[in-house]
Amino acid sequence: MSVSTVLPVVPATASSEAPAQAHRGNRRISPAATVLLLLGALYCLFPVLWVLIASSKSAGELFSTFTLAPSGHLFDNISDLSHYRDGLYWRWMVNTALYAGVGATASTLVSAMAGYALAKYTFPGKRFVFNLILAGVLVPGVILAIPQYLLLAKVGMTNTYWSVLLPSMITPYGIYLCRIFAAAAIPTEVLEAARIDGAGDWRTFGTVALPMMRAGLVTVFLFQFVAIWNNFMLPYIMLGDDRLYPLTVGLNGLLNQGANQPSMYIAVVTGALLSIIPLIALFLGLQRYWRVDLGAGAVKA
Amino acid sequence: MNKATRKAGAPYSFLAPALILFVLFLAAPIVYAAYLSLRRTKVTGLGLGAGSRHEVWAGLSNYARSLTDPDFLPSVLRVGAYGMIVVPTMLGVALLMALLLDAGRTRVGTFARTAIFLPYAVPAVVASLLWGFLYLPRVSPINDLLTGIGMTPPDLLSGSWVLYAVANIAVWGGTGFNMIVLYTALRAIPTDLFEAARLDGASDVQIAWRIKIPIVLPSLIMTFVFSLIATLQVFAEPMTLRPLTNTISTTWTPLMKVYRDAFIRNDIYAAAATSVVIALATFVLSFGFLKLVGNRAFNQED
Repeated sequence: MSVSTVLPVVPATASSEAPAQAHRGNRRISPAATVLLLLGALYCLFPVLWVLIASSKSAGELFSTFTLAPSGHLFDNISDLSHYRDGLYWRWMVNTALYAGVGATASTLVSAMAGYALAKYTFPGKRFVFNLILAGVLVPGVILAIPQYLLLAKVGMTNTYWSVLLPSMITPYGIYLCRIFAAAAIPTEVLEAARIDGAGDWRTFGTVALPMMRAGLVTVFLFQFVAIWNNFMLPYIMLGDDRLYPLTVGLNGLLNQGANQPSMYIAVVTGALLSIIPLIALFLGLQRYWRVDLGAGAVKA
Repeated sequence: MNKATRKAGAPYSFLAPALILFVLFLAAPIVYAAYLSLRRTKVTGLGLGAGSRHEVWAGLSNYARSLTDPDFLPSVLRVGAYGMIVVPTMLGVALLMALLLDAGRTRVGTFARTAIFLPYAVPAVVASLLWGFLYLPRVSPINDLLTGIGMTPPDLLSGSWVLYAVANIAVWGGTGFNMIVLYTALRAIPTDLFEAARLDGASDVQIAWRIKIPIVLPSLIMTFVFSLIATLQVFAEPMTLRPLTNTISTTWTPLMKVYRDAFIRNDIYAAAATSVVIALATFVLSFGFLKLVGNRAFNQED
């Protein structure tokens, strides 16, 4: 196999950025570039800023005072939301964390194993399996939700945690990425050395391959974590019991109630604010892992 | 590597969990949807009692019914128009921002990059909720501004504006992610490829057009395909805006029609037929596009 010649795709970490930055960034400052970037930043931050301000208003103030005028009711609103049906909102938060945490961990492991096998072994049917995975990447996941529901309904598994968790565990794109990471990050000689030392296939995978793929696996995990956290249609279709809802489906339900009962709107706004805090924290903390090269495969030539 | 001394079954056992899940949750649902799309319920007798309803082959009648449904074509055209707004705007802005960041001629780079990527961490439902409120005339600060200078602000959730209102939510949510993908690709370009051009007096804009953009074209193509797929399945945004406006029907997008057929009308056969049509259309569009540009990004083989 000639995989080691491939791809500059290993997710680069912060350390590799410093010299390039110095090299590229030592030129004249351009006011036009600065203004455009700040406009982009303002557009992206504005709704987040608004929800922060709006959550501090009372139900009456939401539609009466100036949009960007803050008020002092944030903690009252949080407390009201927490008391809504015995803390149902926090249950949604825990459910979301469970779906995203367990689902992303399982799918990362599944993808790592599959990607490693596709990158580092030669076996009959490899080409077929790889093409199958590629076709899977292009299948719109949302199209699958209704047939998945009908199939799970046949075995009585809808409206359970499993009905959201199991379909989240397979991600063809994750397998595709893991295959690239494994090909680029694990030198075949290292595997050979492990084999000569008498390590079996599983031991080599666990103690040699997985640690070498670590940076790539964090990227796959984050991808899938965000995808599950943000998913709406799958849980919306699968779940009927609102005690199993994730935040997205729960907030959608609250908004629908607000249409008849406008005092619910402030709960919706506060809930929206609280729901994005964990993901924003995760995302700022792990920012250096967000480097994805979709076109990397084509750089080979 | 010396294959003979390794256990022949090892790669298959590494692949087993992925393949089992793939078959259960990807392949089986597709096959099942295709099967259902060719079936229908036949009612015998008075239609009462458990034994009176049977499933029988329906030929292509579900497809005929679903394609000629008066709500189907408008929803397809609407998503087509929506895609023509969202994909070019989103990728254009993402590319511009990525190039500006890569040119490194600003001190606000890190802040702007983080801020523009931030919406990626906001679920589509929450993004629609935030924008939905901001579109309401009583909340919108833009309304205050326009009224202040004596103009009549448009109702963004009215029939003529709602498509743009939904498109804006998608652009807001998707630009940052695509920007990061393109920025990562730009950073991977060796500096000496354009350093010579710069010494010859080429401007940043010329370098971007003649050198950088052609090099990151494969990434641009992949972001295009993924954006196209995401566009065709738009669902969460209009579903969330529905309570705030009466201009979004239950069949506003093809996927919403599938949902309505399956769960409101209990017509899973028509829903399956429409699903198959959407899946095929997505496949044809994305594969067709990849063929058209002769892209080999997905076909690397060792």
